[in-house]
Amino acid sequence: MIKNILNLGDAALYCDFGSDVNQEINSNVIKYFYHIKKLNLKGITNLTPSYNKLIISYDLNIHSFLSLKKKIENIEIKENNKLEKNLIEIPVCCDNDFALDIERVENKLKLKSEIILEKFFSKNYFCYMTGFVAGMPFLGDLDQEMRLKRLETPRVKVPKGSVGITEQFCNIYSFETPGGWNILGNTPQNIFDTSNQSNPNLVNPGDTIKFYRITLDQYNEIKR
Amino acid sequence: MKSKDRNYFKILRAGINTTYQDLGRNNLYHIGIPFSGAMDKRNFQLLNSLLQNDYNSPVIEFAYQGPHLKYFGKDIFFCISGNVSFKIITKEGVIDGNSYQCYLLKNGDEVDIRSTNKSVYGYFSINGTFGVDYYWGSCSINTQAQIGPNNGNKFSKDLEIEIIDINNSFNKRKLDYLGSTIENIRVIKGTNYDYFSESSQNKFFKESFKITKLSDRMGMRLEGPKIENIVDPNIKSEGLVKGVIQITSAGDPIIMLSDHGTIGGYPKIATVISADYDRLVQLTPGSNIKFKDASLEDAETLYKLYQMETNNLISQIK
Repeated sequence: MIKNILNLGDAALYCDFGSDVNQEINSNVIKYFYHIKKLNLKGITNLTPSYNKLIISYDLNIHSFLSLKKKIENIEIKENNKLEKNLIEIPVCCDNDFALDIERVENKLKLKSEIILEKFFSKNYFCYMTGFVAGMPFLGDLDQEMRLKRLETPRVKVPKGSVGITEQFCNIYSFETPGGWNILGNTPQNIFDTSNQSNPNLVNPGDTIKFYRITLDQYNEIKR
Repeated sequence: MKSKDRNYFKILRAGINTTYQDLGRNNLYHIGIPFSGAMDKRNFQLLNSLLQNDYNSPVIEFAYQGPHLKYFGKDIFFCISGNVSFKIITKEGVIDGNSYQCYLLKNGDEVDIRSTNKSVYGYFSINGTFGVDYYWGSCSINTQAQIGPNNGNKFSKDLEIEIIDINNSFNKRKLDYLGSTIENIRVIKGTNYDYFSESSQNKFFKESFKITKLSDRMGMRLEGPKIENIVDPNIKSEGLVKGVIQITSAGDPIIMLSDHGTIGGYPKIATVISADYDRLVQLTPGSNIKFKDASLEDAETLYKLYQMETNNLISQIK
């Protein structure tokens, strides 16, 4: 399933699963990720799954590129290994104060805001990966007519909890951070829980997300 | 605890980006948490060796300007690593301190860490243990994700730094070391090297780049000749590692450092070799750097040599 393994610098393996972004390729990445994680190999310092790549960082005192590459190439994973999937429901408020880019999205997509939100909330989304900042899920796929590019100039600060879209993807800003996605709303739900050290992420790769719309009153209620 | 039993520092001035750091946390990239840890691992290791602490004991890291600390408690030793100017203020007077030497502190004494010289990071610790909380096995503060002791925030004025243990069998030691600097940063070509025009590839290795002020524990932004992308200014977002050099849409290099975002969508032109990382992070804004091409085999050997050099320094501590 891995097409090719290259080196990324002198302390990481760059495992290439293909160039397309789809759930089939991504599920293979996630299977490898969970499998290697379980093996608990000494000297592996990080595993980073993404849409179609898996990066394996290692301790240069313990491994060299060639020896670790051989080890990973010899791993066999059954194609029919099932992924563990959870369905997670997440409330989103699209009040004017939260839907920072709704006008821009209306103009770019040439759709009325109510249609945009109806389309957005009518689908379940697959979690391809988490990261960039702690707990941020990269979800997909949006309908074809919902796809647009990121902001020309990224925001210096995107508020925590913002729900954004770009291209075929949507995400949730688990922390206040710079970012360029088109913001449609905000969730009062905590996406990353520092106090839960065994499983701090609300959403993990392979999970399915269902967003549901709430009013500002409900938002404030949950926030309280 | 009764206050007379406490040993602690009170922060009179916090300094810049002053945090606890250790070797950092592993195996959390997949949820978006970077390694963190001391930026300059060699100076971290030297400091704990000088103070005869465990190799992964917490230290206090600062950038450009360190904290001004007032000590309360029983006699203790401290040491500073890096290229740092500092003053020790006691009842007898004020003296200038030297890095890589241990000094005695008595109740009421102060340490004023004025500045790092021609470098960014310095480290401060004691012959003992700071009272810190551990998050995923590390006390490193990641201010971006607010992970770590002090609610994941950098130190502020009036904060009190608790000392929970003092090593009484400590021997005062020192190291004669002036530090090590480089101007040429060796890199391995990246997975998207062929996204860039041949003339830009040449410029990347021939011309110099200036480190801008937009540099912190997350990354280092450079400016110099624009690097022309001939394929696509973006890639499908994928994992990053420490030392990766991405080229932004504007054509400028940005180097990922210890608190970097774990995923990125800019093409990777190269990655800084592990042997040069400690010295890279010490380069100040305004300095010029040049990149030199290294093979993977060379990088692996150079790392072993760098580690041997560090161990050699540790063996010279007397």
